[in-house]
Amino acid sequence: MKVLVAVKRVIDYNVKVRVKPDNTGVDLANVKMAMNPFCEIAVEEAVRLKEKGVAAEIVVVTIGPKASQEQIRTALALGADRGIHIETDAEVQSLEAAKLLKSVVEKEQPRLVILGKQSIDSDNNQTGQMLAALTGMGQGTFASEVVVEGDKVTVTREIDGGLMTVGLKLPAVITTDLRLNEPRYASLPNIMKAKKKPVENMSPADLGVEVTSRLTTLKVETPASRKAGIKVADVAELVDKLKNEAKVI
Amino acid sequence: MSILVIADHDNNKLTPSTLNVVAAATAIGGDIDILISGENCGTVAEAAATVAGVNKVLVADNPVYGHSLAENLSELVAEVGKGYSHILASAGTTGKDFMPRVAALLDVAQVSDIMRVESEDTFVRPIYAGNAIATVKANDSIKVITVRPTGFDPVAAEGGSAAVEALDIVKDAGLSEFINEELAKSDRPDLSGADIVVSGGRGMQNGENFRMLEAVADQLGAAMGASRAAVDAGFVPNDMQVGQTGKIVAPQLYIAVGISGAIQHLAGMGDSKVIAAINKDEDAPIFQVADYGLVADLFEAVPQLEEELKKVL
Ligand SMILES: Cc1cc2nc3c(=O)[nH]c(=O)nc-3n(C[C@H](O)[C@H](O)[C@H](O)COP(=O)(O)OP(=O)(O)OC[C@H]3O[C@@H](n4cnc5c(N)ncnc54)[C@H](O)[C@@H]3O)c2cc1C
Ligand SMILES: Nc1ncnc2c1ncn2[C@@H]1O[C@H](COP(=O)(O)O)[C@@H](O)[C@H]1O
Repeated sequence: MKVLVAVKRVIDYNVKVRVKPDNTGVDLANVKMAMNPFCEIAVEEAVRLKEKGVAAEIVVVTIGPKASQEQIRTALALGADRGIHIETDAEVQSLEAAKLLKSVVEKEQPRLVILGKQSIDSDNNQTGQMLAALTGMGQGTFASEVVVEGDKVTVTREIDGGLMTVGLKLPAVITTDLRLNEPRYASLPNIMKAKKKPVENMSPADLGVEVTSRLTTLKVETPASRKAGIKVADVAELVDKLKNEAKVI
Repeated sequence: MSILVIADHDNNKLTPSTLNVVAAATAIGGDIDILISGENCGTVAEAAATVAGVNKVLVADNPVYGHSLAENLSELVAEVGKGYSHILASAGTTGKDFMPRVAALLDVAQVSDIMRVESEDTFVRPIYAGNAIATVKANDSIKVITVRPTGFDPVAAEGGSAAVEALDIVKDAGLSEFINEELAKSDRPDLSGADIVVSGGRGMQNGENFRMLEAVADQLGAAMGASRAAVDAGFVPNDMQVGQTGKIVAPQLYIAVGISGAIQHLAGMGDSKVIAAINKDEDAPIFQVADYGLVADLFEAVPQLEEELKKVL
């Protein structure tokens, strides 16, 4: 079966984010960018499905500026077979991303679509669910285990109370949580090989989707920062402070 | 304006965060209705009817809604919700699962995880793991919103007298089925709403050692939390993870033990009133946010803490 994986280019998770002085957004100039960590987990899961003989082909798709090619190449080096780059410099919000992905789904007809549960820049946690709605598929969100059997997929989900397992008809959408797998690193030979894998380039207009902003960001600010408090000498002092100064116990 | 709040519950009890979501709805202003969907959820409907400020309680009680499967629930909410100006739910894992589906069915954007209401269409929410705070204006006619409970003080659970109305809407999308559930059983308070949280990290070394923390938590009547590293290592279950991609907590007191204080962890507990940290590394970033820091080996400090607490509690 064919698996489609959506990956997003975001700020590297180790980078200390700085808000622009004019409060229009976050400063991304000369900042290290990377594949969204949850998307790495999505790619890894697809590759494992291929290694198990469940997936036959892995198509990776990204929506973003020219530089997002790097994330496609990374996914190809990790084991995806070919890429689709929907190139745009516009800010693409989750609903529009889902609409673009829907048209890719219609074209490619994958049996499984795997996305990250959340972009670590917008912290939206929306796109997979929206794509599932738009394509009329079932969804296994926040997945920590995925088992494909016949025309069904069983997904164990990380929920607030613990774990929940659902069965979904294929085709289905899956969004990854942290415990689904531990992504591998790309080997040098695979990075070289990835350069030769095909990547198709298109624009949102080619897919008939107009990228509009339904949410307008009015301003972006630095959060009120907490001040470091004091160091206590020992446990007795800690308990004394908590009880008599902070009065929280 | 008319606001539909989707209640979070387990078919028996209303989850306390629903009261915070009603508070967010109150801040927006307008008539507030609560939708309860579930199976044999009559007691939840009764509880919702007494919540302060609620106009009407709508109840869709049917086996298809028993496990809040997003495919079924989103169709229900989209149908009921299209008559409202705002649809709100808690940003817990249930709300995160079905709400974007509702938004897509209605062809509107979702505003995730709001922590403040500026006006009926403008909301404040954290981005980049809370390292930036965005004010966003929603331009669609229906606003689909998930609410970060810790951003809003809960409304009173009593005092209201809303009318309860049964809905005869059965949506079975036929795409998904519930198989099973492994829910953490604990006599401790729920992590999301607890007054005191005791959390352990990789420094705990193994799951067995968490017993030391449990002893302290029980003395304090606290909930237990953990860092991602402790969950990934299998010391404790996933439902204990606090952080950007886990649970958001804002207790009166957060005690971090053997946790370094990565930004992703701070994103989940940085709004705690008082933070205490025990870490053997005096340069650990957690000390930059801790009100009280103790540089010590946790294997000595935690047993001592239990002894000291015995004296004062
Ligand atoms: C996409 C993404 C999402 C993430 N989401 C989350 C999230 O939601 N929540 C989260 O917590 N993390 C999250 N993380 C992980 C985060 O980046 C850190 O890796 C993690 O929080 C580290 O956990 P830790 O502090 O327990 O471990 P470490 O960073 O290894 O720290 C262990 C600490 O224990 C101390 N220690 C060790 N032994 C002792 C001892 N005997 N006595 C006292 N102190 C001791 C050490 O000095 C150290 O400071 C996420 C990461 C990514 C990439
Ligand atoms: N611009 C994009 N290009 C490709 N995939 C995306 C894009 N935006 C979101 N996604 C996918 O949707 C997931 C969740 O994103 P979000 O809803 O923005 O939190 C990501 O982990 C990706 O898998």
